[in-house]
Amino acid sequence: MTLTRTVEGLKNGTVIDHIPAGQGLRILRLFKLAELGERVNVGFNLTSRHMGVKDLIKVENVELTEAQANELALFAPRATVNVIRDSEVAKKHKLAMPATIEGIFACPNSNCISHVEPVDSFFYVTPQGNDVKLKCKYCEKGFSKDIVTAVE
Amino acid sequence: MANPLFRKHILSIPDFTRAELELIVDTAARLKAQPRDDLLKGRLIASCFFEPSTRTRLSFETAIQRLGGRVIGFDNASNTSTKKGETLSDSIRIISSYADAIVMRHHKEGAARLASEFSEVPVINGGDGANQHPSQTLLDLFTIRETQGTLEGLTLAFVGDLKYGRTVHSLAQALSLFGCRFYFVGPEALAMPDYICETLDSRGISYTLAETIEEVLPEIDILYMTRVQKERFDEADYQKIQGRFVLREDMLRGARDNMKILHPLPRVDEIETAVDASGHAYYFEQAKNGVFARQALLSLVLNETV
Ligand SMILES: [Zn+2]
Repeated sequence: MTLTRTVEGLKNGTVIDHIPAGQGLRILRLFKLAELGERVNVGFNLTSRHMGVKDLIKVENVELTEAQANELALFAPRATVNVIRDSEVAKKHKLAMPATIEGIFACPNSNCISHVEPVDSFFYVTPQGNDVKLKCKYCEKGFSKDIVTAVE
Repeated sequence: MANPLFRKHILSIPDFTRAELELIVDTAARLKAQPRDDLLKGRLIASCFFEPSTRTRLSFETAIQRLGGRVIGFDNASNTSTKKGETLSDSIRIISSYADAIVMRHHKEGAARLASEFSEVPVINGGDGANQHPSQTLLDLFTIRETQGTLEGLTLAFVGDLKYGRTVHSLAQALSLFGCRFYFVGPEALAMPDYICETLDSRGISYTLAETIEEVLPEIDILYMTRVQKERFDEADYQKIQGRFVLREDMLRGARDNMKILHPLPRVDEIETAVDASGHAYYFEQAKNGVFARQALLSLVLNETV
């Protein structure tokens, strides 16, 4: 794929490709991509040469930032995030696991102060083998990423 | 040169370095040996107990007054605007504009760290839910150093409820910086949580699970007792474990001379009262030391040099 290739059906926006099949819906929900009022095209269980099956999301008129792209790395470490301007790939984000995750999902600990105060949730991310552990800055509890996203 | 805790918040034990813990313990020892009534002179400390805790509050307020400081505050949030729905962050913004430091206790976990983000003055955590109670850990460290002359390379047994006992969690975390060894003695259902064991593993600290107090007694310098709450078990299970984690006087025969018994108090029946008269009992002195540890914290946070 070259940087000048036209992306079908998307003039300006972001394409998130190579999402592991089954994670697409979760990403849509967590990053509230469907709530932005922009047109969103979603493909689930598409054929992929490298992955077998994959999910794909295209959002019109929204450019994901580097930080947002990195937050995706938690759920889809091999995803590709391309920002499209005038039907051309203007930027390819390289995903890196973020050190912190802010304001994306609530703390699973129901007695955590972050639920009742005007602050964003805040987790420290620590790699643990092939997985990651998330630690809430406030209540100091540690969680797996699956628990954290399941409570949303 | 300003001490490293000057104008800092005191929120959670894992925030501290070994040198900072030693500074607090040294300062507490100095203040116990040579009382000072001037270190908080002219200072006003807010004592904000959103959740009541008479002991902790009295211990902090004693520490403040003995250092020459003055106290404002409340001991029950039901009389405050919290009851009317004011957020903690707004309360803290306002209180921090009145006082030179805030001592607070709150039933929600993370409350003190959140408060520190809205406060113009140092926040000292007097307990946030099941999370942290750093001044308790600091008084434990001070007491252990006082009885053993060192914090380095000691062997301790933690007995009782190791799962919910936040005092043993924080103490194990703190002592892991000093190369101590641990025995964990308690019912399987109340075992030490994984995250504490992981911290110990990552620091190369050795710990052993043991069935009874007797088997570890000859090995240890400190016996740290906590209470197994009956409510955690159904009746039949409680019958099985009842008495296994209770300290009786006759068990002390195998103990080392330097061995001291600690307990965060209040105790119910996990230490027989006959133990109180033995030279090993140190839990009442430990409670008294709470005032010196809190004096050390307040002095260091509010003075460049102590
Ligand atoms: Zn939390």
